[in-house]
Formats: sequence, C-alpha cells, structure tokens
Amino acid sequence: MNRSRYARRRRRSTVFMGLSIAATLFGLGWLGMILGALLYQGFSGLDISVFTKSTPPPAAAGGLLNAIVGSLLMVFFAVAIGTPVGLMAGTYLGEYGRHGRLGFVVRFLNDILLSAPSIVLGLFIYDAMVLTMGHFSAWAGGVALATIVIPVVVRTTENILLLIPNTLREAAAALGAGHSIIIRQITWRAARAGIITGLLLAVARISGETAPLLFTALNNQFFSLDPNGPMASLPVSIFQMAMSPYADWHRLAWSGALLITMAVLILSITARAVESRSEQ
Amino acid sequence: MSAGNGSAHGSESVKVAINNLSFYYGKFKALKNITLPLYRNKVTAFIGPSGCGKSTLLRVLNRIYEMYPNQYAEGEVLLDGENILDRGLDVTLLRAKVGMVFQKPTPFPMTIFDNIAFGVQLYENHPKSELDGRVELALRRAALWDEVKDKLHASGMSLSGGQQQRLCIARSVAIKPELMLFDEPCSALDPISTAKIEELIAELSEDYTIAIVTHNMQQASRVSDYSAFMFLGELVEFDVTEKLFTTPSNKQTENYITGRFG
Repeated sequence: MNRSRYARRRRRSTVFMGLSIAATLFGLGWLGMILGALLYQGFSGLDISVFTKSTPPPAAAGGLLNAIVGSLLMVFFAVAIGTPVGLMAGTYLGEYGRHGRLGFVVRFLNDILLSAPSIVLGLFIYDAMVLTMGHFSAWAGGVALATIVIPVVVRTTENILLLIPNTLREAAAALGAGHSIIIRQITWRAARAGIITGLLLAVARISGETAPLLFTALNNQFFSLDPNGPMASLPVSIFQMAMSPYADWHRLAWSGALLITMAVLILSITARAVESRSEQ
Repeated sequence: MSAGNGSAHGSESVKVAINNLSFYYGKFKALKNITLPLYRNKVTAFIGPSGCGKSTLLRVLNRIYEMYPNQYAEGEVLLDGENILDRGLDVTLLRAKVGMVFQKPTPFPMTIFDNIAFGVQLYENHPKSELDGRVELALRRAALWDEVKDKLHASGMSLSGGQQQRLCIARSVAIKPELMLFDEPCSALDPISTAKIEELIAELSEDYTIAIVTHNMQQASRVSDYSAFMFLGELVEFDVTEKLFTTPSNKQTENYITGRFG
C-alpha cells in the first residue's frame, strides 16, 4: 500500500465532507434566521383579536378574521374544483392513456401548467372571469387557486398509480373485473395514501399564494362571506399590510405570516404521517 | 415431438384443445405453432428454461395479455369446443371460467373477507348471510379457513406469503372456475408453504382442470399428470409425466430434465 496515496485520499475525503457540512449549515442558517424572526415578530403581535376582528383602519386595533375566513373559503373552493378534475385526469394518465398520443399531450401540457408562474395563472383568470363578470370575486380567486391545485394532483395521482404493480391489476382482471372496477376498487384503494398526500401538499402550496389572488379576489377591508364579491385572504392582506407605513399593520402582517407558516407546517407533517402510515 | 393424442393417453377427455397457437410480442414470435390438449380434471405442468414461452402460453388461456398493447395470438384454443380467441367472445365470462394464480401473491388492499367477496360479487347478488357462506367455503377449499377464521376483517396484506398465496387461490376458487392456471405459484414461497400449495393443487384437480408453470422439476413430477417441455417458444415434448421424466423420447428433453442444460 502506498501510504502517501492513502493519506491524500483521507485528506480529500475530509475536505469534501467539510464543504458539504458548510453548505448545509449555510442553508440551514438562513432558514433558522427566517423562522426565528417569524416566530419572534409573529408571536409578539399575536393575541385573541387577531382571530376575532377584521382589518382595522390605520393606527387602530384590529385583526385578521376576514383574511383567515377568506383564505379558508377560497382554498376550499380550489380543492373542491381541483380534486375531482385532477384525480380523474391523473387516473386517465396513469391507467388509460399510458402509451397513447392523447396521454402524451396531456402529460406535456400538465407539466407546463405545473411550472407556470402563478401570476400568469392569475392573469388568465382575471381575463377569463373577472373581466367577463365585471367585478372581482372569491369565485375567481378559488378558480385561480384551482389552476394550481389541478396540475399538482394530476402529477401525484399519475405517479402513485404508476407505482402500483401491474400484477395487482392483472390479478383483478383475471377474476373478470373490468377496467373501471379495477381502478375504483383496487388501484385507487392501493394509491389512497399517496393521493391524499399529494392533495395535502397542494393545499400547502396554495395557502401561501399571493399572485393569483391579487387581481381575482382582490382584497376586502371587511368581513365577507359573499363569494360573488371581493374577499380578503391572508397572503394578500400580508402583502398590503407589510407595504404600509403603519406599525400596527406590520405587526398584523407578521402574525398572518406566522399563521400561514404554521398551517403549512401542520399540513406537511400530516402528509408525512399519512405517507409513513401507509408504508407499514 | 410427440403431441398427445387420444390413442396415446387412453380415454381422457379433452377440456382445452390448443391448436397451432402462435403468440407475438410486437414482432417477436414467442410461441411457435403450439398444439396440445389439457385433459379434464388432470394437472398439466409446463417446464422449460426461462423465456421459453410457458408463462406466455398460460396468459393466452385467459386472454390476460390483452391488457397490453402490441400482444396478440394466432391459432385456436378450444375450451369445451368454443374458440376462446374469437374476437366476439366476452372476456369477462371467459375469466369467470378460467382462474389464475400468479407468481407473486397479490392480495388486494382490503380485508381477507373482501378479497374473496370481491370476485364473487362481480357475478352474483348475494345477501350478506349467503356471502359469508361462500367466503368460508372458498377459504376452506384453499385450506386457509382455520388460520384466518378469527381475523376475516384484518387486511389481506397482513398474512404471510404462503397464506397470501392460498388467499389468492381461495379468491379464484370462489368464483367456481373450470380451468385453473398457476404461474409459478411457489417460486416466492418457503418449502413448507410450497408443500401446502402442492397438496392443494392435487385436491383441486378432483374438481378442476389445472395448468401449472414451474421452474422446479421435482414439483412438476410431484403434482402433474401430464407434462409439456417447451424450449424457445416451441413445444418439444408432451407426455404423461411419469413417461416424460423417466423415458423422454426427445434428446433435448432428456438433457433438460437431467440438468445438462437450461
């Protein structure tokens, strides 16, 4: 054995590991600072009125109730529209259209939609819905968010279905089950945890989206449950308040940011839990 | 080649007559003009090296190959005189008559009970009480009842490999097929589970016609009445199992069963 060659190898290994650790620490450091600032600033402004009062006039006490409810409502619309469409399209890709030409085209378009900047999707809905209806509305906001949900659900559904072994489909077909029965009773069931995970991640993704809501749902100073009119949402409220010159609004913006982050965190953890439970 | 015929094998009645069957994966010809019978209530084993087409032959008998594009069969396969390769034939009804057990156990992601009920309910309307009876009967038939009777509502995936395979057999038996296909049913199982499945196959042959693909020649000689040796998509020799394994008439067969190639 050549000792100096071995020493050189060990030195290189140490340097390489050192660089990897440094890069990790660098990345985690920023993340830690962001989370630290968020927790400190967010919690210092967080009190019960955040959940019970709506957007205040400048320099007065108020809360985020209208934005929280608006966000929940529009995310609900988006999921209600996006889940069936995404699930069925993903099923088409994963079960019927695997090799076909239509499947190829749909898959390609879905990939484009998946990586499209969300402000473009917002603009499209502005043009398609807001201009035709003549006013901003929570409907339009929900549809804009749905255009983000759909490609995510399509992609995860297809991917999970591709992971289901063909032997399972063959076994069901060998009993005389038709394709639709196999899908509804066998492969969807086997893919359930994965599909739910994908849906939860899609919800996490849209809860923080601002761009598609800016010119669809716009914003609303007041509490509103009317989906036919403009509606407040957490991301847009944060944007508006953070850009303002008022200290009260800044505090509320931090609290809103903390709420969104916590919601996303809980969704991600739930998604992980669903996934790992299904692996057992 | 000595394809079996009535005179050579006495008074057996033919359940399935395969006549001049060829099979293609795209342009590749995987089966070349196969002709042989499957006798009623007998076990026929298919042996031969990997890729010789024995599994492919099985997959023609329930037309499961149709799930994939670019696979097609030519020739004739008569099940009780009816050509199952006919375009007009209802594949669902065919598969009700022809059950299949695969290499890897494939329990469905549902309870043990539902695994069996799934197939039954594709064809029959049963009140709950009657369905219970059907499920029990199928599980008894597959020698699994005593092991699972107290946990019928546990997941089918929670069973051991050998139990899962017997669950798959029970699932198949439950819809009362006439012909049962076994595609290397023991290759993923330990020796004890294998012995149980072999025992089961012997019992099932009282009621069903059985075709089994196996890599294990001892297994073929233990469970089957007739054996077919295949090589590169051709049927080399078909005969009574005892004769094929003791005094094969073909040199290639002899080489294979004595372990000199393949």
